[in-house]
Amino acid sequence: MPDAANPRDVAVRRAIHRQAASIVAAVAPFGIVFGASAADSGLSVLQAIGFSTLVFGGSSQFAAVEILGDGGSVASAAIAGLLLNVRSLAFGVVLAPALTGAIWQRAAMSQLMIDESTAVATAQDELRWRRYGYLVAGMGVFVVWNATTVGGHLLFSGAGDLITDLGLDAAGPAAFLALLWPRLRDHRQLRTAVVGGIVAVLLVPLTPPGVPILAAMIGVLAGRPGVPADRGDAS
Amino acid sequence: MSAPTLVLIVLAAGTFGLKAAGPLALGNRELPVRMQRVVDVLPAALLAALALVSTLGDGRALTVDARLVGLVAAGLALWRRAPFVVAILVAAAATAAARAVG
Repeated sequence: MPDAANPRDVAVRRAIHRQAASIVAAVAPFGIVFGASAADSGLSVLQAIGFSTLVFGGSSQFAAVEILGDGGSVASAAIAGLLLNVRSLAFGVVLAPALTGAIWQRAAMSQLMIDESTAVATAQDELRWRRYGYLVAGMGVFVVWNATTVGGHLLFSGAGDLITDLGLDAAGPAAFLALLWPRLRDHRQLRTAVVGGIVAVLLVPLTPPGVPILAAMIGVLAGRPGVPADRGDAS
Repeated sequence: MSAPTLVLIVLAAGTFGLKAAGPLALGNRELPVRMQRVVDVLPAALLAALALVSTLGDGRALTVDARLVGLVAAGLALWRRAPFVVAILVAAAATAAARAVG
């Protein structure tokens, strides 16, 4: 565990709490919208909570519920939802060194694996802080996501306009950019980010949702993993 | 069993597998050096993709709307060394303003 008396540890922990808090706050409006759209698609409040606890992946939940609401088949709803979660495979590879422990611990911790917890984790340099950031952000989002799902289901609808009026739908993208920012000083990271971002955007019209994010992994080649380099300026 | 419950079960089981695969398969082993270098830069690719696709993506279409104003504003704020929370609030405010004007 981090040393409570060590000033650097205190500072890092505070920074992680700040990152996690703003990300959790950004998730709340979308939880409300998910709850509302679940209600709109004819899901019971229990089914809505089931999605938010057991699937726990915003975009895949939205996709599955939207397809159900439009009268789509069980298969198409499930496959669309799964495709949006395929990026968890990549997140898992990135996070595995930080998520060590007994097999049941690794299985349990992996369920908090979402964009937000992965982003906070990977913004940290040391493995122990990656783990801490992952757990803090993951648990924070889990609690707020489920609470707001229930709230949104009960409120039913009307939140969609408010979210866009307040510009809160830009909070997610901005959070991803803010977490990426410190990496961009390193040329290897910058090249990777540019190529990955371009590939993903170009693939949006061509592939099913979720695939562009996964395909962005190609950007790693631009980071030239075969070439050794000093890692001194990586952070 | 109702359709939503069926989708829930299939999606939850499949998602569990996708999420657990990395931590369970790799276990407590260290990654080889070459693999480690890939993992070091991989988040940059994913974060850039997430930021851009969630800004420009609209289902399977690409659109330029007020969200892009927010992302650019966040970028400017970060460039001026704004803290994390400030960058997010600037993005939301800029997007809301762009919508109010446009």
